[in-house]
Amino acid sequence: MSKMTLKTEGDRHVVVTRRFAAPPEAVYRAHTEPKLIQKWLLGPDGWTMPVCINEARPGGKIRYEWTNGTGGGFYVTGEYLELKPYTRLVHVERMHLPNATPDNRVETTFDPDGEGTLMTLRMTLPDAETRAAMLATGMEHGMEASYVRLEGMI
Amino acid sequence: MPSLDAAFSALSDPTRRAILARLALGETTVMKLAEPFEMTQPAISRHLKVLEGAGLIVRRVEGAKRPCRLAKAGMETIDQWLAMLRKALARNYDRLDEILADMKPEGGKDIK
Repeated sequence: MSKMTLKTEGDRHVVVTRRFAAPPEAVYRAHTEPKLIQKWLLGPDGWTMPVCINEARPGGKIRYEWTNGTGGGFYVTGEYLELKPYTRLVHVERMHLPNATPDNRVETTFDPDGEGTLMTLRMTLPDAETRAAMLATGMEHGMEASYVRLEGMI
Repeated sequence: MPSLDAAFSALSDPTRRAILARLALGETTVMKLAEPFEMTQPAISRHLKVLEGAGLIVRRVEGAKRPCRLAKAGMETIDQWLAMLRKALARNYDRLDEILADMKPEGGKDIK
């Protein structure tokens, strides 16, 4: 069984789910404590996050900077909207490539699931066009198939 | 290598995405491309110019016609980016599994 799912919902949403063999408190902390975030939120092998700001309070700032060590890099900025410790996080974020992408509102919930946690990440993009630009074209051209293959490998 | 910024900017328009979907079926002319849209040929031509500039389509000259088709390199760039995004996400969570395994419930608060 695959652990991660990634799918679109309605016109403006992207939903990712993932189960973890740890309680919600641990998974929540791994999403809000910079020293922990820097250990896993890294993308492809070889990338690091030298700058990690995560002010886990309403209005708190988020800034993640990644580098591949050979001159490549980009960063994300954001702000927290709502936090309910160990249960729910809501923030907005944008990628700087270097131009900023439209704001992505992300709601992350951490639900007890047996001994572990079911995490659900729900992204809301400003409009269908923005989401489509992120995802649809790739799917129209057969990415869905390779996504399914990749899930089989996880 | 085609620019991702230009490619995603070109993809932000529904007409241009529909044109790409049509071109996925094969090479065609501006006249035929304009048929399903309630748009003039010059309007379609402007969209094609954006797609061409973004490296997503290529056009050749055939007499008075300029048939267009998908540019393999441009579409592959987008596909690779999306595949990387998904793979990176999955890789992140695999790493998080290891971090969580190290965070013991009783001593968890001391993990740095």
